Amino acid sequence: MQHIETLIKEKLNSDIRFVEGLNACMNCGICTAICPAAEFYDYDPRTMLTIVQSGNLQKIRELLESDTIWYCGQCMSCKTRCPRHNCPGLVISVLRKISQETGAFTQSRMGRQQYLLRKGLGNALLNIGYSLHPSFIKPADHPEQGPVWQWIFENASEIYKTVGANLDEEGPGVLRKIDKEAMTEFRAIFEETGCLELFRLIDQYSSIKALELGITNEANQPDMDQYLHFIENEQETSY
Amino acid sequence: MQTETSKNWSQFNKDIANDHYYYLRSCIRQNFFPGSEVAFLDILRNKLGKTIYDDASHTTCAGIGYHCDIVPFETIQALAARHFSLMTEKGLKHAVVSCVTSFGIYSEILDTWNHFPESLEKTRNALRKSTGREFELPENVVHCSDIVYKFRKEIKDQAKHTLTNTKTGKPLKIVDHIGCHYAKIFPERGVGGAEFPKVLTGMITAWGGETVDYPERRHCCGFGFRHYFVKNNRSYSLSNSKKKFESMEPFQPDAIVTNCPGCNLFLDRWQYTLEQIERKTYGQQGQGIPVLTYEELAGLVLGYDPWKLGLQFHQVEVEPFLDKMGIAYKKGDKYKNLDGKIIGERPMVNELNIV
Repeated sequence: MQHIETLIKEKLNSDIRFVEGLNACMNCGICTAICPAAEFYDYDPRTMLTIVQSGNLQKIRELLESDTIWYCGQCMSCKTRCPRHNCPGLVISVLRKISQETGAFTQSRMGRQQYLLRKGLGNALLNIGYSLHPSFIKPADHPEQGPVWQWIFENASEIYKTVGANLDEEGPGVLRKIDKEAMTEFRAIFEETGCLELFRLIDQYSSIKALELGITNEANQPDMDQYLHFIENEQETSY
Repeated sequence: MQTETSKNWSQFNKDIANDHYYYLRSCIRQNFFPGSEVAFLDILRNKLGKTIYDDASHTTCAGIGYHCDIVPFETIQALAARHFSLMTEKGLKHAVVSCVTSFGIYSEILDTWNHFPESLEKTRNALRKSTGREFELPENVVHCSDIVYKFRKEIKDQAKHTLTNTKTGKPLKIVDHIGCHYAKIFPERGVGGAEFPKVLTGMITAWGGETVDYPERRHCCGFGFRHYFVKNNRSYSLSNSKKKFESMEPFQPDAIVTNCPGCNLFLDRWQYTLEQIERKTYGQQGQGIPVLTYEELAGLVLGYDPWKLGLQFHQVEVEPFLDKMGIAYKKGDKYKNLDGKIIGERPMVNELNIV
């Protein structure tokens, strides 16, 4: 327990975004007044910043294990308004990183969703060098995209051509295929700068959580497909 | 008499390079509004006579991954550095960014390197070790909407249409929506800052339209990164957009124009979703409010074909807006391929005109 809290302190103080994001909060609450997440979730950036500023490592640890830090929508409206030039949204980014590095994220429903993002968005980045591709946005998973997107999804190769796109082809242009050389450099950057290590940690801690929840296969090993399905559908009251 | 306001305005003027640009594409814009990126390059090269390099070797900035917290700050710094290295190779110094999330990312990184020079050195080392590359810092980094704003008068001089209702002769009422990361993080990097952003209203008024001020004008569209990408959280995104629609509804705008790819997507798609869930629309005569990118708006003013601009990619029908502008178009061409044949099974239009 003591070791983890010391680790949290070290990680907080060594992140330059923490230095940038928290100067001296006077608890005025303007961040909460402007925050869209505070409007729709049980979330209060002012309280979050007060806890972090207090330096109470036990309470900070509780934050890392809670849904609270995952409610922020990263719009950064708080940055514009803070009279002391703090940026609660940036402090949230630091807390989220530490939560993942220490495994605390698996203790909350919203935190566990990081495994979904790492598998979906993380794999997309590593495979194609983009965050998105039309083939990933399946109408069944995205009913909000509507019938026009269904039409685009089903006829992508023809439709993108009509506006001069270069879908999945060599050379420059909209949605071009990123060449092998660029992808090699892209992946090397991910390895060198610790992104792949973060992916490994998210995978590792998620496997431990799956085991703890009894989501296992016949060999009594974590069943990660089933775990993905579980966190995808997990509701506030289900755990 | 010099007013206090104009004095304050001078603080929010922004240095926007005049020519010789290096283009950085957007993940969301190229997927959902691909015609906008094509039109932007065409307008710059063929209407404004500028040079802009479209590089096949650049990748995503991974900004969405960063704000979804699965990509570390160190990684996006090195990815940005790689893009600056590609730009350095071409002898260019003016980066032009298509995405507002990316623009925020580059701004944050440059600000960090300025405040913490050791992080710049660390990034140089990481890039060198992983790719063997070196780079020079850019002289100018702007968002694409800054460029269109800068040349709004030159675009007006070549206009084939204005933002006027050709039936009534009155200016069209257009809501501007600016992506949060354009100026809320670094107000000094946005035209007009965070308080008086002028980047879109400058275009609207220059081209004959009227801007709309409404209570939730500066509210986030609700993208929320992880709140959209995780299906279970999407109600957050929807709720934010709904709040904006309810606030703008009494003003009965003719269209919404955005400078952020994500905002454009959500303000378009959530209108469809709300119509499906609540049978509620927010535009005139029971219709949706068309949501346009600034490239599309510029393209229409310049007389581009609506379907070459990619307006068929929108869920909320844009035809009522085209009709008001007096733009002639062939409705049937909307769903045709390059050979003039209808593509697939065309989407059905419902009675509320949200396709």
